[in-house]
Amino acid sequence: MAYGFATIYWRDMIRFVRFKTLLVSSLLQPALWMAFFGIAMSSNFDQLTAGMPIPAGAHAVGYLTFMGAGIIAMTTLFTSLFGGIVILFDKNWGLMREILASPMDRNHIIFGIGLSGVTKSFIQAIIIMVFGILIGAAFFAGFTPFETVMGVAGVLAFVGMFALGFLFLSAAIAISMESPEGLQGVITLMTMPIFFASNALYPTDTFPEILKIMSVYNPMTLLITGIRYFVIGPDFVALGKHYVYTQGDILWSFAGLVVFTILMFAFAYWRFKNAVVT
Amino acid sequence: MQEPLNDPDTAIIRVENLEHSYGDVKAVDKISFTVKRGEIFSFLGPNGAGKSTVINILITLLARQNGTAVVAGYDVTEQPQQVRESIGIVFQDITLDRDMTVKEILEFHGRLYNMPDDMRKTRIAELLKLVQLDAKKDELTKRLSGGMKRRLEIARGLMTRPTVLFLDEPTIGLDPQTRMRMWEYIKNVNEEGTTIFLTTHYMDEADKLSDRISIIDHGKIIISGTSWELKNTLGQDIIYLETDNNGAAVQLLEGLPRIREIREKSHGFVLMVNEDGTKVLPLIIDTLRNAGLEISTINLKKPTMDDVFVFYTGRELRDEGAAPARALHLRPRGR
Repeated sequence: MAYGFATIYWRDMIRFVRFKTLLVSSLLQPALWMAFFGIAMSSNFDQLTAGMPIPAGAHAVGYLTFMGAGIIAMTTLFTSLFGGIVILFDKNWGLMREILASPMDRNHIIFGIGLSGVTKSFIQAIIIMVFGILIGAAFFAGFTPFETVMGVAGVLAFVGMFALGFLFLSAAIAISMESPEGLQGVITLMTMPIFFASNALYPTDTFPEILKIMSVYNPMTLLITGIRYFVIGPDFVALGKHYVYTQGDILWSFAGLVVFTILMFAFAYWRFKNAVVT
Repeated sequence: MQEPLNDPDTAIIRVENLEHSYGDVKAVDKISFTVKRGEIFSFLGPNGAGKSTVINILITLLARQNGTAVVAGYDVTEQPQQVRESIGIVFQDITLDRDMTVKEILEFHGRLYNMPDDMRKTRIAELLKLVQLDAKKDELTKRLSGGMKRRLEIARGLMTRPTVLFLDEPTIGLDPQTRMRMWEYIKNVNEEGTTIFLTTHYMDEADKLSDRISIIDHGKIIISGTSWELKNTLGQDIIYLETDNNGAAVQLLEGLPRIREIREKSHGFVLMVNEDGTKVLPLIIDTLRNAGLEISTINLKKPTMDDVFVFYTGRELRDEGAAPARALHLRPRGR
């Protein structure tokens, strides 16, 4: 039974590839964010911040590059939070009964869904990085080929861990709920604070105190910190703010995501253990 | 809890004083029964009788509230994992992913049960032929007809050759030929050693397939036995009569020693007799004529499972059986 999750993964990927509209839209959506929101915002912000002084030796990046990391994170957040919805549909269509009555360990449902969600997020993250570079984002600028490879690997590690946490959360909510509308409501409600109380689109140090505290412990902020470190570098200036990340900061962020993901797994484990689907 | 498994009389399913309530509604009310290894056992009852609740407890999808339930030697609450490894299920509702192909459905199921690759492949090929879906194997299930879907579900239930196969209303919505072929498969599987637990509200299905039948209604088992035993409880023959004054006729006939029991119906009444009905009929006709009553209808027949069912539950099942195709799509999920 050790490969039960692979069965769940296999089925979810079949569906992902088979629903052509879902496939195309989920691949197009992050690129469109970059193209429209990114270009529109950066053309304004870059003008506003054009006169700001840049500390000597610091590496200044445009808003598109800064925000690109936020778009990767946002796309991962949305994809992951909705990744569990298949469980709710399976439950409502009676398909979950076959799975729950089988000898497969229920944890494998959680892992299988997690793995397929991570796969989707990886594909999306790579699309954003490639498309971003095409429209002028300075991702991996000045990196050696080796650094670029390490940068991509680092981004995927952060994206994977973050996605896994939110997929577990999404699966736990989905198995507990009755209606897709309810699930959608809950998830939409959650995305708001997670996305906006983070450093996705702007620096957080001018936030009011409470918002600032929220943003520090926000997994979204931890993810974006990691992504920026790996696509831009440890030392850069954006929107007039000087960012310096040490390796310790990055490890700390990753550790935070690991803790978050473990907590979410525990939550999902508990919800699935007690799930009654008849 | 482990029971000796080589004894043919061993109970493969043992249920004692099982109770289950949904809020204030008692769906299962202190049921006890055993299913012997190797037999085909049927739960016969109208919708809402509690059949599906019992099945859901036995297949570990519903937590047991009160009582004992042991399947294949394992307690459903203490050892659900072992129970799940021992059973196969054909659910009452269609539980197929609309967006997977016929072959993928079976593939997925085999993987869920950790079947070795080569065994899975041979079994799939074998079952596709058996249920005649070979030509449709790469079709998405949403493009199958209702009967094909049902056949696919039965094939899926047979994938793993379980110790106990649960069939919850397996032939609902199938045409007569397909149903008969299904019965053949079910019997073959049974002969290969799989114990079958069947729920149905088709009388003929219970009658033809099962070694033993329990009639269940309002959460209770009303009577159990072989179909022959059940029919025999109604006497040897059944006589249906309509007269111009049924009340008076019943009163008159009640005194006759050769009549075992009388049941009044909406337009007439039914007599159960312990001997050859043709020999009793002249006496009945004479008795009624002599009292000046006019007989408008007489019908003499052997008891069927329908009669047994109506006798013990006081309900007709015909309405539910009449439109199976419609029921397949519109019936709310049973408990």
